[in-house]
Amino acid sequence: MSTRNLAKDQPDSFVFTDEHKVRIEKIIAKYPKGYQASAVIPLLDLAQRQELWVTKPAIDLIAEMLGMPVIRVLEVATFYTMFNLKPVGKCNVQVCTSLSCWLRGSNDVVKACNDKLGIKFGETTPDGAITLSEVECAGACVNAPVVAVGDEYYEDLNYETMSKLIDTIKSGNPPAPGSAVGRQGAEPEGNRTSLTTDPTQTAPMQDLAAAKQKHEDAQEAARKAKENA
Amino acid sequence: MLQDQDRIFTNLYGEHDWRLAGARSRGDWDGTKELLHMGRDWIIDEMKASGLRGRGGAGFPTGLKWSFMPKTETDRPHYLVVNADEGEPGTCKDRDMMRFDPHKLIEGCLLASFAMNAHACYIYIRGEFYTEASNLQVAIDEAYEAGLIGKNACGSGWDFDVYLHRGAGAYICGEETALIESLEGKKGQPRLKPPFPAGVGLYGCPTTVNNVESIAVAPTILRRGASWFAGLGRPNNTGTKVFCISGHVNRPCNVEEEMGIPLKELIDKHCGGVIGGWDNLQGIIPGGSSVPCLPKDICDEILMDFDSLREVKSGLGTAAVMVMDQSVDIIAAITRLSAFYKHESCGQCTPCREGTGWLYRVMKRMVSGEASLEEIDMLEQVSYQIEGHTICALGDAAAWPVQGLIRHFRPQMEQRIKDYRDGKVSRAA
Repeated sequence: MSTRNLAKDQPDSFVFTDEHKVRIEKIIAKYPKGYQASAVIPLLDLAQRQELWVTKPAIDLIAEMLGMPVIRVLEVATFYTMFNLKPVGKCNVQVCTSLSCWLRGSNDVVKACNDKLGIKFGETTPDGAITLSEVECAGACVNAPVVAVGDEYYEDLNYETMSKLIDTIKSGNPPAPGSAVGRQGAEPEGNRTSLTTDPTQTAPMQDLAAAKQKHEDAQEAARKAKENA
Repeated sequence: MLQDQDRIFTNLYGEHDWRLAGARSRGDWDGTKELLHMGRDWIIDEMKASGLRGRGGAGFPTGLKWSFMPKTETDRPHYLVVNADEGEPGTCKDRDMMRFDPHKLIEGCLLASFAMNAHACYIYIRGEFYTEASNLQVAIDEAYEAGLIGKNACGSGWDFDVYLHRGAGAYICGEETALIESLEGKKGQPRLKPPFPAGVGLYGCPTTVNNVESIAVAPTILRRGASWFAGLGRPNNTGTKVFCISGHVNRPCNVEEEMGIPLKELIDKHCGGVIGGWDNLQGIIPGGSSVPCLPKDICDEILMDFDSLREVKSGLGTAAVMVMDQSVDIIAAITRLSAFYKHESCGQCTPCREGTGWLYRVMKRMVSGEASLEEIDMLEQVSYQIEGHTICALGDAAAWPVQGLIRHFRPQMEQRIKDYRDGKVSRAA
């Protein structure tokens, strides 16, 4: 298991923005009355979006808002690895190094990040702009190697394309997310081997009346068999 | 080879409009009301007859799972929870279903929930899937707007709500009871079973947790009929499946194929073959990181379905095929997985919490060769002390890759140790 602790230096206070307060009401309304604790992950996420990391005052506030003991919120904040427990850069570059990415050359992608940024995993550039992190399986294995920049996925990377991506992030002008080799999704590169026909030509609905009759007959037969037994 | 007209996910590659209008043109939400009016017994029996086995990894029959829910609702409401916490290394199918075909999932949620007397459904999506969650939320909003869900869903008289809930990065939340804990606002630590979720699940109420793919295929199965789905694949391993083929193939891709397709055909037809040709294959992991790897001689003939892979002591899992060619240091590859399980163990059960770290430390020495030959046996024995001794299957999932390595690649491990002793430079030091 990964062991994570809160940062030593903490700010004095935390308040949600008015915009977030409105969203929080909507989030809490998703869950049944009395189970507002379900909103703890979404609220921690909002707090992180506001300040880039989850602070102790934010944890205290969320505990109070949701009527939870502080320790329960603290547990959640330290358990889930998407929550940054110490300050990070404005842009979090998260490199997946799990098996599928590793097989397709994530070591080169990591090296490109190290070379271009001059930092290692867990570090932030001196200007506070970019944090480099290693993540476990990002779940885009067919488009490996994958890097998440903030909320967006960049896929099919190699040393060169990752280096370029860092340049564009530095200049504040990153490209649209997605594949670096022009794939739309997880289709094979080049010629299609499936889904080449018109998708609107769909098969007809089965004969529901006949299906219903068949089902009723079967139920009837089962009931009779049960009675006889 | 499967024909396009038998493919369920017709927008798997995202070339077409994923929103409601596009989904409708591809047949989604067609006759949903009529399907609901067929009644819950019919829906469940039809799902049973289709032979659909859960697509999240364990392969439990979906219709049977639905039938475990109490027949009538008491003061405790019923819930459907969709497991969209996809994160098994190698697996990226649910992601594309949610961003490119979200309406299939939402329609499936309605039909499944109706069959199980649930008026509410929570979709638990992994936190990293931001775009996917956005698309799915847009699709949910569209469905409400069009009266397909919400009060009197599809004009059927059934009230039904769908809520999207984002996680925050914990592989263990893909385990159904950990997911429920997480959804309740706690650490994602699995619960002891029994009680099973169908009795005591979310908020203490009857709950069924299903994988995205299991739910998303349900509308098409019900529309086209159980016999259509059951006619594909082999007995007990029916239907179609989205395979994710990653690693050392020329063209990695997701593709929906018939269950039981030979592995070699899958790779040669859809992925342009193994890099350097089939003979350059060293081994594969057939179903996501949790299942044991297989060497080339088994890969030559193996069929991709639950029973066939089980016979060779591996598994279909999530059908995430990770291909490794001869250039791979397979000991290092499995060690990478051990690092993953060490990182993702929730820490609740001692055999897993301590065992995953121990496996990783010993595996690192196996990579460098800085071990003794007897330790291979010890590694295997200890892995059996983890397997089956934990609340959930993460302990098993950590042990199996290591067991698979020892089963099929022991000579390489021994050679590495001998090389190290002889002072030869290890290639993966």
